Amino acid sequence: MKIGIAVFPGSNCDRDVHHVLNNVVGLQADFIWHTKDRISGYDAMIIPGGFAFGDRLRAGIIAAHSPIVQEVKRLAKDGMPVLGICNGFQILVESGLLPGALLMNDSLRFVCRWTKVKVQNNHTPFTQAFSKREEFNIPVAHGEGRYVATPDIVKDLKKKNQVVLQYSHDDPNGSTDLIAAICNEQGNVMGMMPHPERASESIISASGSGEAIGIFRSLASFLEQRAVA
Amino acid sequence: MGVLTEGELRYLQEKLGRPANEVEQDIVGAEWSEHCSYKSSKKYLRLLPTKGKRVLVGPGYDAGVLDVGDGYVLTVHIESHNHPSAVEPFGGAATGVGGVIRDIMSMGTRPIAVFDALRFAPIEGKSKQAQKSRWLFKNVVKGIADYGNCIGIPTVGGEIEFDPSFEDYCLVDVASIGAGKKEEVISNRAEVGDFLVLAGGSTGRDGIHGASFASKALEAENRSAVQIPDPFLEKLLLEATMEAVRQGCVKAIKDLGGGGLSCCLSETSDSLGRGFDVELLKVRAREAGMTPNELMISESQERMLFVTDAQKLPELQSILDKYEIGYSVLGKAEGHENLTVRHAGKVVADMPSSLVAHAPLADRASKRPAYLDRLKKARQPRPANLGRALLSLLSNPTIAGKSWVYQQYDHEVGVRTVVKPGAGDAAVMRLDNGKFVAAKLDGNSKHCYLDPYQGTLGCLSEGVRNVVCTGAEPIGVVDHLQFGSPEDPEIFWTFAQAVNAIVDYCNFMEMPVVGGKVSFYNETAKGAIKPSPVMGTLGLIDDKKWITRPALGHGDTIFIVGETRPEMGGSEYYEYVHGITGGPVPQVDLATDRANGAAVMKLIRNGLVTCAHDCSKGGLAVALAEMAVAGKTGFKVEMDKAPSTCKRADELLFSESHSRYIVGTSKPAEVEQLLKS
Repeated sequence: MKIGIAVFPGSNCDRDVHHVLNNVVGLQADFIWHTKDRISGYDAMIIPGGFAFGDRLRAGIIAAHSPIVQEVKRLAKDGMPVLGICNGFQILVESGLLPGALLMNDSLRFVCRWTKVKVQNNHTPFTQAFSKREEFNIPVAHGEGRYVATPDIVKDLKKKNQVVLQYSHDDPNGSTDLIAAICNEQGNVMGMMPHPERASESIISASGSGEAIGIFRSLASFLEQRAVA
Repeated sequence: MGVLTEGELRYLQEKLGRPANEVEQDIVGAEWSEHCSYKSSKKYLRLLPTKGKRVLVGPGYDAGVLDVGDGYVLTVHIESHNHPSAVEPFGGAATGVGGVIRDIMSMGTRPIAVFDALRFAPIEGKSKQAQKSRWLFKNVVKGIADYGNCIGIPTVGGEIEFDPSFEDYCLVDVASIGAGKKEEVISNRAEVGDFLVLAGGSTGRDGIHGASFASKALEAENRSAVQIPDPFLEKLLLEATMEAVRQGCVKAIKDLGGGGLSCCLSETSDSLGRGFDVELLKVRAREAGMTPNELMISESQERMLFVTDAQKLPELQSILDKYEIGYSVLGKAEGHENLTVRHAGKVVADMPSSLVAHAPLADRASKRPAYLDRLKKARQPRPANLGRALLSLLSNPTIAGKSWVYQQYDHEVGVRTVVKPGAGDAAVMRLDNGKFVAAKLDGNSKHCYLDPYQGTLGCLSEGVRNVVCTGAEPIGVVDHLQFGSPEDPEIFWTFAQAVNAIVDYCNFMEMPVVGGKVSFYNETAKGAIKPSPVMGTLGLIDDKKWITRPALGHGDTIFIVGETRPEMGGSEYYEYVHGITGGPVPQVDLATDRANGAAVMKLIRNGLVTCAHDCSKGGLAVALAEMAVAGKTGFKVEMDKAPSTCKRADELLFSESHSRYIVGTSKPAEVEQLLKS
């Protein structure tokens, strides 16, 4: 099983995700440069955090028009698991793979700190290792992390069980309904603002536990089950 | 342009055997500025101990290189951007971060952490001055955050101090550490015929005369001397440089900072021992009609010089193309020893590189300042309500928690941050060989003002205590020496005292100085800043079991190591609570300092303590309160059990005597036994 990590000029967390997948989870992961418009041989794609294209114009907008994202859109339609983290979430929203928008935090400042999220949907490829309503520690680090959508979209997201994670300890950015992660209707595309790769090893976890590794373990077990089936 | 003194012009003419033309004068003017040449400080800096078993490259290069074992190295550098930040805090601070990061990259290593030490005038209250300080503070922090966050290097530590001597001004020091493989450290060599590739940002009229601007007192807001930051471009340069290093296609790297191409080309040519012949029309100019002078001294940011050979040039070009980084081949390394600069083929400057790179040193007069005697004795304050004094100190911006600052910095990116901002006495980062580096910046302008020698010893002692408290063994320091004009003998005396202190402390502790920077002319119309040396201390932790934090455990027995003396001069209690400046500052006894540090390190490494904390600004009371807050637990201590020569309770609680540590343990008998031995 192989995971592709999309790399844009300005991606920052690509190497961190690569480290966790290869050295901690034990999944093979490769970097894929943004100019690539055909991807084959990969079972899932991760769009990591950072400042793709320096967040010029608007966070995620230029990357959303890159060749690799057009290919990711095609693969997502075929059911490939796609995870966008932080700036990756912003890119997925800008590309239309996920609804809503990510706006400036209500504090009007960048915020980097540890918080907690609660799992509201544990039937996605990225959350199946968690139990429903399980809480875990994870850090955020973003300037534009406030999830916003029209009331109709939010209602729809809830109805279709697309709110995957909610902030449960405090409110780091003013997101609608404390939304930290959502998925598409099919559940194979998920975007999240907090950084699971920074909370997957106990040594660097403020909580000392590294429980967010469940996001990547979920993906590993999902791919295994699918391979067996 | 008049940057060079008459004496310097005469010296230049004598060495050249002819008068220097205008372009040459501008090139030399930039390189011989105090900022680039260290002409006032060099004689003193030569006294610093720079050798040690781990030191691979010492001061004088873009960054110091330390061997951390198993084929891995650590690089470190410190810089300041005081003048630009005082005029344009956002851009000034941001480009400061950019510059220090490029220094780490120039050694072929990847920056893994940024640190900042900031100094402002007091920010409390409604006065115009406080408002201005808040504006500077807010925008400096935002500048550092925007740059570091965007480039993906965590800002993990530092310190902030507020003092009226920084009115209308600020000190913005940024340090960075890098990590890499020993075999990939850039060896910096060049053969005749090698290519000089200038890559990164285009060259514009921003930052013209920046180095000269920083080598004078701040008189007017010279905004054109402040550079414009572009962290996205720096990020591309970082990745391209790392790829080029990995593929072995660069022989030497030099970043462009103060003095622009003038300093970069002359210093690189001189250190490589090769002449350079460059064509200025090849420089990618941002605007039309730039003169040779402007091209040579522009300090436009995010530029790097790479030296490569004909065989590797195409590979370097393809890496730069991949990242869509602009570049041009400026010229070649030559068999002669000159820096030859052409414009449209015509030679516009031609001077020996070594002449340009080595300014004639200035002899500065030095005289003990008169104020020192006046401030030796201070009136003793009437004992305050101790509880209220403690609360006042804890809410003092210099001492209070700094989460408003560090939560704006991405301090987690890179997945190396083990001890995080606010959670320890120093930041602890994990390295690729399974070891950990602890690092901290420390300064104390109040102590250094009253006694520059003891104050500087104190900064070093505090740095060592901070890294020791995390479980680390100190392995080296970088120094950043910030003063007013070196032409003022009283100010120059304080500089010399600070250097003497570093020499004495580092020699005694056998701790090498691996890099540093001197920044003079930190003055405004209102006067010079207080002497503000800032020390960056690095420590190494071999085993993750040793990593220690200050959070007090419930039920812990509390020990204090070290003696408290009535040394109240420059203490936050005197200055912040009572508004008193003066009195005897804490003295460092080198042997005691070493013994106490070694004892605490032994306690930690034998697994005998649950927490450890250094005792400094605000004294024992503040240190204990910080441990209790971190551990979310209360405590009861009997203060008369603390070793002390204080007669007053406020002195015992708030004195800032050095060489003191507080540890918590669940094994009090064993701790007592070890400390007794």
